Formats: sequence, C-alpha cells, structure tokens
Amino acid sequence: MNIQVLAFGIAKDILGQQLLPLEVSENTSVLLLKELLVRDYPEFAKLAGFSIAVNNEYRQDDYLLSEADEIAIIPPVSGG
Amino acid sequence: MIHISIKEEALSLAECQALIEDEAVGGIVHFVGTVRNQTKGNQVTKLEFEAYEKMALLEMEKIGKAALQQFDIERFVLQHRIGTLYLKEIAVIIVVGAKHRKAAFQACEFAIDSLKKTVPIWKKEFFIDGSHWVSAHP
Repeated sequence: MNIQVLAFGIAKDILGQQLLPLEVSENTSVLLLKELLVRDYPEFAKLAGFSIAVNNEYRQDDYLLSEADEIAIIPPVSGG
Repeated sequence: MIHISIKEEALSLAECQALIEDEAVGGIVHFVGTVRNQTKGNQVTKLEFEAYEKMALLEMEKIGKAALQQFDIERFVLQHRIGTLYLKEIAVIIVVGAKHRKAAFQACEFAIDSLKKTVPIWKKEFFIDGSHWVSAHP
C-alpha cells in the first residue's frame, strides 16, 4: 500500500521534505515504519527518540497503519 | 471553561486575562513563557516555532481537560505562538482561574510541564553562528 508520512521539526530536515511518500506492505506497524525510517535515514537513530502519530494521536509500536491514515513523524517536542 | 489557541501574531496577556473573568474565581495564576537571550552560554538571536497544528490543538485541549479534572479550577486558557519570535517576545501563555490559589498554581504548573512533554510544537534556536532544533538530540 502507499502511504504518505508528514514530517515536522528536525524530521523535516532529515527527510529534506515535509511529505514523504512510501510504499509499504499491508498492515505495516508503527514499529516497522520506524525501522524503515531509521534504515533509510540513519540520522533518525541519533535523535533522543521519535514517535509516530496516526490521525492526530500518538500510537504504540503495535498499531497497524492503513492507506487512508494521516501519519506523522513526531521528533522530540520542544514547545513552551 | 477551556480556551485553547495557536497564533501567528503576538500573544496578549490582557486578552487571556479577559477570558478568565468569572465571579466564581478568587485566584488567577499566569504563566508567561518568553524568549531568553541565551541557552547554555550561547547567545540566542531569535526562535522559530513550528506546530503540527491540528494535533497540537488536540493535545492542548487534553491538557485543559485533565487540569479541570485533576484540580479544583474554573477556567483554563492556553495560547501558544508559532513563527519567528525575537528576544522578550511571548511564546506561551497559560492562565488558570480557581476558587482558591493552590489549585490555580498547581494546574498552571501541570499545564506547562505537560505541554513541554506532549504537544507537537518544535522550537529552533538561532545563534550568531548557527541554529539547532531544541531537545532533538540526547
């Protein structure tokens, strides 16, 4: 399936773009997406960590992605 | 009552204070976060804040709801600014109104601590000779 991954903050700098189109297998989990990102963009491994949000909610590693989901990489937040 | 917003223009404490006016309120606590001139000895020239706006608003709303649930407060205002901010400008305002002061102090501290952990907003610090995303690396 084809997904699009939104990126913010340092994640946008690492990808070089705000929206990353990706082809992944059906039922890809959040954990697998994180592993794919680290494999393709090793800079992600140097971060203090990063989370994945799906449809505007933080999701655990076992959450399964769907093609219609709004998926975003959330690097360490620093508001305030 | 919860009021949440993310704005590109300057934040106003007077506006937030007006939102909190309530005859049931006997104590109001403000937290105002501003742009400081240095971090770890480096001179800061400006900050840029970026938000995943839809999700940030939802997370800010969650903080407001949790504050109302956990503390005996009446009113809660949380505003965050995005875009480019220079020294002394206001990045965040939290105003909490409660019957009594203790709950207002506690809810205000809870809100800023929570915001720094969960709300998808990112701060880039600019120095005379470079820039970096705050907290990105260990």
